[in-house]
Amino acid sequence: MSGPQEEEFSLSRWLVQHRIDATLLMLLLAVCTLGLLVLYSASGQNMSHIYAQAIRLGLGLTAMIIVAQIPPEWVRTSAPWLFGACTLLLILVLTLGDDAKGATRWLDLKIIRFQPSEIMKLAMPIALAAYLHDRPCPVTFRDLIACGILLAIPTLLVARQPDLGTALLIAAAGGFVLYLGGLRWRIILLAAAAAAAAAPLLWFNLHEYQQERVLTFINPARDPAGAGYHITQSKIAIGSGGLFGKGWLNGTQAKLNFLPESNTDFVFAVFAEEAGLLGFLVLLMLYMLIVLRGLSIAARSQDTFQRLLAGSLSLTFFVYVFVNMGMVIGILPVVGVPLPLVSYGGTSMVILLASFGLLMSIHTHRKLLAE
Amino acid sequence: MRGQSRIKNSFAERRLFTVRSLIAAVVLLLLAGALIARMTWLQVVQNEYYSTRSDDNRMRVQIVPPVRGLILDRNGVLLAENLPSYSLEVVPEQVEDLDQLIKQLGELVSLEARDIERFHERRKRTPRFQGVPLRLRLSNDEVAKIEVNRHRFPGVDVHAALSRHYPLGAAGSHVIGYVSSITENELKSLDPRRYQGTQNIGKVGVEKSHEDLLHGTPGYKIIESNATGRPLRELEYERPVPGRNLHLNVDAKLQIAAYNALHGVEGAVVALNPKTGGLLALVSQPGFEPDLFVHGIDHASFKALNENPLRPLYNRALQGQYPPGSTVKPMMALAGLEYGINTPSTARYCPGFFRLGNARRRYRCWKRHGHGSMNMLHAIMQSCDVYFYDLAVELGVDRIHDFASQFSLGQLTGIDLPREKPGVLPSKAWKKERFGQIWYPGETVSVGIGQGYMTSTPMQLAQMTSIIARRGEVLRPQALRKIEDVIDQNITEIEMRQEKPVTLRDPVFWQRAIDGMHAVVHHARGTARRIGLDADYEIAGKTGTSQVIALAQDEHRAPKNEDLPKHARDHALFIAFAPVEDPQIAVAVLVEHGGSGSGAAAPVARKVLDAYLRGIPVEIVEEEPEKP
Repeated sequence: MSGPQEEEFSLSRWLVQHRIDATLLMLLLAVCTLGLLVLYSASGQNMSHIYAQAIRLGLGLTAMIIVAQIPPEWVRTSAPWLFGACTLLLILVLTLGDDAKGATRWLDLKIIRFQPSEIMKLAMPIALAAYLHDRPCPVTFRDLIACGILLAIPTLLVARQPDLGTALLIAAAGGFVLYLGGLRWRIILLAAAAAAAAAPLLWFNLHEYQQERVLTFINPARDPAGAGYHITQSKIAIGSGGLFGKGWLNGTQAKLNFLPESNTDFVFAVFAEEAGLLGFLVLLMLYMLIVLRGLSIAARSQDTFQRLLAGSLSLTFFVYVFVNMGMVIGILPVVGVPLPLVSYGGTSMVILLASFGLLMSIHTHRKLLAE
Repeated sequence: MRGQSRIKNSFAERRLFTVRSLIAAVVLLLLAGALIARMTWLQVVQNEYYSTRSDDNRMRVQIVPPVRGLILDRNGVLLAENLPSYSLEVVPEQVEDLDQLIKQLGELVSLEARDIERFHERRKRTPRFQGVPLRLRLSNDEVAKIEVNRHRFPGVDVHAALSRHYPLGAAGSHVIGYVSSITENELKSLDPRRYQGTQNIGKVGVEKSHEDLLHGTPGYKIIESNATGRPLRELEYERPVPGRNLHLNVDAKLQIAAYNALHGVEGAVVALNPKTGGLLALVSQPGFEPDLFVHGIDHASFKALNENPLRPLYNRALQGQYPPGSTVKPMMALAGLEYGINTPSTARYCPGFFRLGNARRRYRCWKRHGHGSMNMLHAIMQSCDVYFYDLAVELGVDRIHDFASQFSLGQLTGIDLPREKPGVLPSKAWKKERFGQIWYPGETVSVGIGQGYMTSTPMQLAQMTSIIARRGEVLRPQALRKIEDVIDQNITEIEMRQEKPVTLRDPVFWQRAIDGMHAVVHHARGTARRIGLDADYEIAGKTGTSQVIALAQDEHRAPKNEDLPKHARDHALFIAFAPVEDPQIAVAVLVEHGGSGSGAAAPVARKVLDAYLRGIPVEIVEEEPEKP
C-alpha cells in the first residue's frame, strides 16, 4: 500500500476511534452539501435560509456524534423510559400543543418549540428492538400482540394531530423491526389484508384536506387551480428539467413562485428541474448507498437489538426518500414527508442525523473493534 | 426457557435476518427502479411537453401598439398629431379596498359615475397586475394633485400615453376626420395581429381612407412574470413600426379661410389644384370638434351632434347631392359645340320662357321678361335658361349624359376620402332602371339647366371646374401628397393620376366656354360681376341657383327667396377657377338655401380665391373656428 492510502486509512481509523463511520459520514455530508446548494436556489438565493439550515445541520451532526458515543447497550436499557416519556409528550401535545398550519404538532418549551412525534421516530424502533432483543425468534403471538399495542398507541396519537406523514414513518420504523425480527409471512399478508379492508374506515376518518389530497393524487387534473396545483406545478418543474436540467439557479418554477412549498416538501422538484435526470440519479445513488451502508452495518452488528434497530433505521430512511420523491413526481398522494437532509426544516433533520448516530454507535461499538 | 430458545436460535435468527434484509434490499431496488422509470418518463419522454408548459407559466406576450402617423398639410402644418395625455390607472390587485380608494380619488379628481362604470367594465377584460384606466385625460392640475398624494395610494398610477389631437378643430373635421374606438363590427374585418393593443381606428376623412398607412405595425414584449402575474423582466422586445406620416395637398390656411368664409351658413367648399388634382381644401359647414371622439364621445355630446338640425356630422362636400343648377351651363355649351348643334355665334331668342314644340307647358327663364337674342357667350354670362332649354332638347338626354360623364358628373371623382356619393346624371337607361319608366322629352328641358333628376356633389362640381380649367385634362383629385416613412425618413411622392381626358373636335371650344365664364365675373352684365369688380386677377366663374321646391306650372316666378321659409329657399352655388390665363385653383361653393348663387356663393368663392392667390388676409386667420 502506498503512502496516501495509508494516510487515509489512518484518518478513517481515527474517526472509528471516535465512534464515527467514515463511509456514512462522507455520504451524509455529500447529500447535505447538495441539499444546501438546492436550498440556496429554491429559496431564491436567500442566504438567511442557508445560514439557518447550516446551523441545523451543525446541530444535527453534533447530535449524531454525541449519539454515536453512547454504547448501544445503554440505549437498549433506557428504551422503556424513552418510549414512555415520548408517549407522554405526545399526549401532552394533543391536549395543550401549539397550533401551526391547522395541525397540533408542537410543544412550546418557551426557548424552542419541538415536535415529540419526531423523537418517536427513534423511540419506536428502539423500543420494539429492545422488546424483541431477548424474545424468541420468530416472534410469538403474545409478543406480536404486545408489539402491536406498542406500535399502535404512538402512531394513532400522531395521526390524531393530524400528521399522517410522521405517523406513517413511525409505523414503518416499528413495522420494519417486526419484519426483520422474523414476523411470519402469513401474518404480514394478513396485516396487509386488514389494512386494505380498513382503508374505507380510514378514509372517513381522514380530514377533508387529506381526502382532497388522495382524490387529487388519483386525478391531478381534477382541480388544477386548487388541490391539483401542487402536483401539476411540480411535474412541470421536473419534466421541464430534462436529461441535464436547466442548470443551478436557472430553474424558473420555484424562483417565480409557481411551485409551492419549494423549500420544504417539494424541494426535490427544484433539484430535478435544475439538475435533470442525471442529477436525480446521482442523488438517488447517494441515498441508496446510505441505505445499503446501514443495512451492511445491521448485518454485521453483534446482537438482536442492534441488528433490528440498525436495519429498521436504514429501511425507514429509504421510506423517507421514496415517499417524498414519489409524492413530488406524482406516484404517491401528497403526504407531508420532507426530502431527508435536503428539505428546509428543523427537528426532522436533527432526529434523522441522530438516527445515523445510532447506526455509527452500533457499528463502532463492536467488541472486536473496541478493544 | 427463554434463554434456551435464544441460544438455540441464534444462528437461525441471524440467517433469517439476512434473508429478510436481502428481500428488503430487492424491494428497495425495485422501488428505486420505479422512481427512475417515472423520472425518465417525465424528464425524457415528456420533456418537451413540460418545457412548453413551464414557458407558458412564466412568459407573457405584451403587445406594444405602434405610434400613429402624423397628418400634415402641404406646408408641414400639423393637422393631426399625438399629444401626451395622462390617465389615472389603478392596479386592482394592489389595492385593498377598491370602493374606498375610488371614493378617495374622487376627492382629488373629478370622477363621474360613468367613469367608475367603465372602469369596472374594463377591469373584467384586463389581465391581472395590469393598470386599468379609471379617468382619462387628466388636467395638469389633476396630475399634480395625484402625484403629491401618490404615497397614499399604492396601486395607483398616472399613465402617460399619446392621444390624437386635431389642431384645426372643426375647420378640418370633414377632411381630416378623426379616430375613435374600434367597434365590434370593425374588429371582425381587421387583422387581429395588427390591431392588438390598439384602441382607436380612423372613422372618417383621411384618418379612415389612409388608415392602413397611418396605423403602423405593433411590436411586442415577452415579459417574464411570476406566479401572481407580476411582471419581472423583459425577455424580448420587438419594436413597433410607427405609422407613416402623411403630407396632404390640403393647405391648412386655405382650409381655415374657406371654413370661415362659410361662417354662419350651411354649405360646402371644395378647392382643387387643377395642375395636380391635389385637394387644397374641403369644408363642410357646420363642422364638429373631432377631438371629442378620440376618447370616446359621451352620449349626450353625441346625441347633440347627431340630432342637431344643421347636421354637423354630415359631409356636404362629399355626400351632399344637390341639383347643380346653372353651374353646368358652360359644360352644356361645350356639348353643344362638340355635337355641332350650335357655334359660339349661334343666336337663340329668349322671350322669358320656353315651350317644347307646341305643348302648352312653359318653362320659365329666371329673367321674367326674357334676355332677347342670346349667343353662347351671353347665354353663359347672363345664365339664360331658355338658351340651354333649347340646346338640351336638341342634344337629347343621352348625349348630355355621355358628354357630362367625362366631367365626372354622375360618378365618383375617386378622391381618396371615404363615402363619396356619385350624384345622379340621368339618361334614358338610367330612368328605365331606376323607375322602370320611359324618358319624356320634357324632362330633358330641366336637365339643360342642371335641374330635374340631375344632382351632384360639390366635390364633383370642383372636379368639373378643374377639367374645364385644364381644357379637358382629367386628374383624379387627391388629398394625399406625400408619404413619409418615419424610420428611414424616406418620402414617397404620390403621383398625379391622369384619367381619360375630354377631347373636343376643336380645342378652341374650351376657350369659348372659358370666355363665357370669364364674362360671368368680369363683364358688366355678368351674373357674378360684383365679385370681379376689385379683383386684381382674372376669374372664370359660373353662378348656380338650384331650386329646392319645383315651381308650379305657369307660375311667373317663385316667390322671392326672402319671403320663403329657409328650408324652401334655393341652394346657392358657384364654381370658379383663377387666374384664367394660368389656373392655379378651381373651387366649388355651395350654400344650402343661400338664395342665389351670385349673392350667397360667389362672395365665398372670392374669399377662398383671395386667400389662395393673394395670401390669407389677417382678419380671417384671427377669426376662431366655430365650435359646434
